[in-house]
Amino acid sequence: MRVTQISVFLENRPGRLANLLQVLAQAKVNLRALSLADTADFGIARIIVADTAAAMEAIRRAGLTAATTEVLRVEVPDVPGGLENTIVVPLAEAGVNIEYLYAHSGRPSERAEVVLKVDRLEKAEQVLKDRLANGA
Amino acid sequence: MIWDRKHETMSRSDLHALQLERLQAQAANVYDKVPFYRQRFMEHGLTSGSIRSLDDLARLPFTYKRDFRDNYPLGLAAVPRERIVRLHASSGTTGKPTIVAYTAGDIETWTEVMARTITSGGVTKNDVVHNAYGYGLFTGGLGFHYGAERIGATVIPVSGGVTKRQIMLIQDLGSTVLCCTPSYALYLAEAAAEMGVDLRESSLRVGIFGAEPWSERMRKEIEAKLGLKALDIYGLSEIIGPGVSVECEHQCGLHIFEDHFLTEIVDPATGTPLPAGQRGELVLTTLTKEALPVIRYRTGDITQINIEPCACGRTIARMAKPSGRTDDMLIVRGINVFPSQIETVLLQVEGVQPHYQIVVDRQHTLDDLEVWVEVSDTVFADEIRGLEALERKIRDELHNGLGIAARVKLVEPRSIQRSEGKAKRVVDRREVYSS
Repeated sequence: MRVTQISVFLENRPGRLANLLQVLAQAKVNLRALSLADTADFGIARIIVADTAAAMEAIRRAGLTAATTEVLRVEVPDVPGGLENTIVVPLAEAGVNIEYLYAHSGRPSERAEVVLKVDRLEKAEQVLKDRLANGA
Repeated sequence: MIWDRKHETMSRSDLHALQLERLQAQAANVYDKVPFYRQRFMEHGLTSGSIRSLDDLARLPFTYKRDFRDNYPLGLAAVPRERIVRLHASSGTTGKPTIVAYTAGDIETWTEVMARTITSGGVTKNDVVHNAYGYGLFTGGLGFHYGAERIGATVIPVSGGVTKRQIMLIQDLGSTVLCCTPSYALYLAEAAAEMGVDLRESSLRVGIFGAEPWSERMRKEIEAKLGLKALDIYGLSEIIGPGVSVECEHQCGLHIFEDHFLTEIVDPATGTPLPAGQRGELVLTTLTKEALPVIRYRTGDITQINIEPCACGRTIARMAKPSGRTDDMLIVRGINVFPSQIETVLLQVEGVQPHYQIVVDRQHTLDDLEVWVEVSDTVFADEIRGLEALERKIRDELHNGLGIAARVKLVEPRSIQRSEGKAKRVVDRREVYSS
């Protein structure tokens, strides 16, 4: 459930994302999930990869600014209301705030996957584990 | 028109005699009253009586902007505090501003040179002067105010900002004279056009523009858009403020009030005085200042001097519009900005690396100052709001420290060009100097 996400600072101009993706490709790092947040001047690319250490090394070597953050990767039933019932409502009831959420590359199955950043990691993890244990 | 015919049209020989008398008195004064000068004089083997001719001026040591900083706030004053009636301030090269002081006598001198300045534009007591120079620590507002009152004109102390109201007042009060920075003059014209007002149809007929360099092309643009005669004025707070020199109606150089400000042009590299007509750095000595006399101040402005009499009748020397700077000082919206000041502010913000670039542009006629700062791992976190907070913090600190609104742009590491030796900190996209 808990995974390490890499956030990379990118200027908001053509070619910057391409540069990051080239760096990762050359390091043979495969992307599992990618989300972009942007402002007028800059953006943050958030990625989940299989080999975080190798990716971080390649990013640093390329001179990019990056940081790692602990986030949750959670399976979601691929049905209407799945995200709401499995994750969003239980966390809200437990007083956990979701700061952002994006889709993880889905496998061809009945379950989708999402990545979420929350303000209280352990609490959220507990809530979601309990939920799964209860057969949600 | 000439306000002080005696001092503005005196023969060169009479002027030189007056200058020598005043220089001798001033040199003795600073030697007696200012420890800084006494020490400098002694280092150069000089005493209070070393000036026997105007040529001896070249023996005196130079004074630099940094000397104001090293003697902050008032270590260069030549009078006790109780004789100081006014303080103004301008930018320093680092965190502290440059403080300048005036006695009642200095205010009188300043008022007179500003009366001469404004009269040089053909302004009389029948005029209405719209004074949009900033009032406050900046010398522009009050300098023009006192001079315009001295000649009996009606002064509107509008100061800076609230542009729409300014345009309304110009129309309603029948202003005939506009005093502001040249870039603000263009901004006024543009803002007026947006309001459906054509300032060429207003009563404005003369503009006295300064506090920042501007090109001949910009003069033509201002004259065309505002329908007035645009005159250039030069001054600096270390010397007195506005009122050091001004153009007359012939627009052929700025007449320097040489009975108060002794003028030299020196080679910026060696400090060697250059003959009249050669281009170099302007060096000024205040002959009559009481509170803060300054000996051979290196202005950093590049210009040349013409001592031929002017068609207007003045015999005082004329300086060309400054054509550049000897240092990296920028003048943005009339405010002097040194890259070193910006660096000082940036390095006070936690985690900010000393890799930055200053980009100055003239967007929509007003100067735009952008500071690019590289984002390093130490300040970077996963959150947009953290980065936005960093931008805001840098912007606020720059505003607090420099009094200037800058746009802060976060950029990737190593995106700012590294160079060997002196980094290229400033990209100035404006054309402020005529080539």
